[in-house]
Amino acid sequence: MYQEIFKKYEPTKDNLIYILHDIQDNHPQQYITEEAVLSVSKYLNVPINHIYGVITFYGMFSMKARGKNIIRLCESPPCYLKGCDNIYRKLKEELNIKQNETTEDGLFTLELCACLGVCGNAPVMMINNDIYGDLTEEKVVKIIKDIKGEK
Amino acid sequence: MKMINLTINNVPVEVPEGTTLIQAALKAGFKVPSLCWHPDLAPTAACGICVCDVEGYPVPKRACATPVTEGMKVNTNSRELRELRKTILELVLANHDVKCPTCVANGKCELQQLAYTMDIDMEKVPKLLEMKPIDYSSPSIVRDTNKCINCGRCITVCNDIQTVYALTFADRGFEAHVDTAMSWGIGNSACVNCGQCTVYCPTGALREKDDTDKVWDALLDPTKHVVVQEAPSIRASLGDEFGMDMGTVTPGKMYAALRALGFDSVMDTNFTADLTIMEEGTECVENLKKHTGKPVITSCSPGWVKFVETYYPDLTPYVSTAKSPMSMFGALSKTYYPEVHGLDPKDIVSVAIMPCTAKKFEAQRPELARDGVPDTDIVLTTREFLRMIHEAGIDFQNIKEAKPDEGMSFYTGAGTIFGATGGVMEAAIRSAYFLVTGQDLENPNIEAVRGLKGVKEAVITIPGFGDVKVAVANGLGNARKVMDKIQQQINETGSTEYHFVEIMACPGGCVGGGGQPFGNGIAQRARRGEALYKEDANMDFRCSHHNPEITKIYADYLEKPGSHKAHELLHTYYFGRDKFKGQVEKQTTGLDSHH
Repeated sequence: MYQEIFKKYEPTKDNLIYILHDIQDNHPQQYITEEAVLSVSKYLNVPINHIYGVITFYGMFSMKARGKNIIRLCESPPCYLKGCDNIYRKLKEELNIKQNETTEDGLFTLELCACLGVCGNAPVMMINNDIYGDLTEEKVVKIIKDIKGEK
Repeated sequence: MKMINLTINNVPVEVPEGTTLIQAALKAGFKVPSLCWHPDLAPTAACGICVCDVEGYPVPKRACATPVTEGMKVNTNSRELRELRKTILELVLANHDVKCPTCVANGKCELQQLAYTMDIDMEKVPKLLEMKPIDYSSPSIVRDTNKCINCGRCITVCNDIQTVYALTFADRGFEAHVDTAMSWGIGNSACVNCGQCTVYCPTGALREKDDTDKVWDALLDPTKHVVVQEAPSIRASLGDEFGMDMGTVTPGKMYAALRALGFDSVMDTNFTADLTIMEEGTECVENLKKHTGKPVITSCSPGWVKFVETYYPDLTPYVSTAKSPMSMFGALSKTYYPEVHGLDPKDIVSVAIMPCTAKKFEAQRPELARDGVPDTDIVLTTREFLRMIHEAGIDFQNIKEAKPDEGMSFYTGAGTIFGATGGVMEAAIRSAYFLVTGQDLENPNIEAVRGLKGVKEAVITIPGFGDVKVAVANGLGNARKVMDKIQQQINETGSTEYHFVEIMACPGGCVGGGGQPFGNGIAQRARRGEALYKEDANMDFRCSHHNPEITKIYADYLEKPGSHKAHELLHTYYFGRDKFKGQVEKQTTGLDSHH
């Protein structure tokens, strides 16, 4: 089932990360299944322990099913100094989930991440590919509401 | 070789170029404190304990990963270095499940020793550890992540030395830990149970599955008749624990200790090592005579057997169908032995003392059982046997030597060298030569296949046949090299240059087994191996075919090597396994009569 993706890449070790991204992006729940790891291992002839090491090392990869919208809240020092822990608490309250969990309706997954490169607008979070800066607790509630409304 | 001069703590020292600081310091007489470093393994520079000051560098350097340079001035011990090391060690201990009194590594643990010598006050070390479940999924190896210090030695051994690819680092930062793929557990990984990770683990995080309770239960049950066998390498692996020289060969004390523990019958795997040579040697000679162009590959090492089943299932038809010496003994202990002694096989508990964690897995193979009861009921590693000797309070060094029970215990020098890499090959050549020519080798010492070199090759000329090309590999990474070559030759030309190949999963062979004492490195393995060759050299009988008990068991029971009865009891078959969980996919040999 991953043949369409594999076709795009030579079976060399250095394509591992590209292939994993592709697989994750193409999964409706934005994650890499165990079955996918085995397929990649066969395709690249790379042992599964190495692939598992790579997937768990990088925070962008997940082996757990995730929601439609992945919230990545920056917890690097500038955002921390600007109060990202309050934002984090508010997000957890609002969504009623903890770190790396997904809401029951499958709409949101909450993750923490390292610097997103927009420290001038700290505290910052990213939802899917969009950046949201200068966050306040009120702003966060509205962002969530807006996205829910979109569905 | 270019030599480098440097001074360490003002002591001048000269070492070859490429030497690391930590090794140069040893030569200068200073043991730099270290935790993740091991002389047998490439440095990972993971822990940072071995930091040293090097003149001209603003920050301390890790001695394990710093090559020496000309004129280097090194200080291994300053106030700052001590503080640094203590801080690192406290951080390690804060995340360590400190259960020293009941830990299998107690007294052998490198973390324990370092914490003691560096005067750590445990009262000042915070407890940050979040306990995680212990992995009991494997029949051979237990992994307790709570005792892991993330040194990475097990990963280096598993991936780089053994090329088994079972262990990896997972996650990162504070969450970084050693794991199997998908956290499936060791029993559901590519692990072949070789246990090298347990030997190199500096703490008790990786250890054998302890079966000593089962043995005590059997010994203390009057309705059971408990039979024991000991692998060749065991006799060279006990003495040093009790203050004797490393590699002292102590069969008499070993038998005496087993009698003191209460075993009903003490016999010897060395006997079935000789028997293996008769069966495997015959198989090999038949193969030579047929000029098949295919090799016979040894099957004694259960880590190797699972490895070939997992990574080279297409080569399993060339693996000798002869069971390992342990499993031959197991089969005979439930058939021949009770028949001779008028016992009910159901009352027999067959115990094996092995240098090997993979033997625990081998004993559980369904094809090595009779009516669902394993031929070998319980396997203990050297470490477990040593613990039993300690628990029973046996004064091993001074115990009066004893003799084993007759029937399945007499052995030749050929049997005893099974414990060292190249030993099976040498033993087989001695008997194959006899089987072809009807004469013994003038010089039974086959030096070309001895020693710790990863891959050894030799050509033996047997009159009446011609040249026999042999290869010997120890360590699975080396086995892979030989198998890749054989696979390629067979795929391209339909035949291979090799006639006979010996593979041992562990570097050094069984003396370097995964069940051997903690910290049993290459240097110790070399001593133990040499000791076995010395025992061989001093024996009256040095060829398996001259073993009088072997002659007797064939005359009384097994008829002749390769007979129908021998096949039924002493031969087996193999499988192909998947590379992910090591699960059986299909039987690959034994479906036809015989290859």
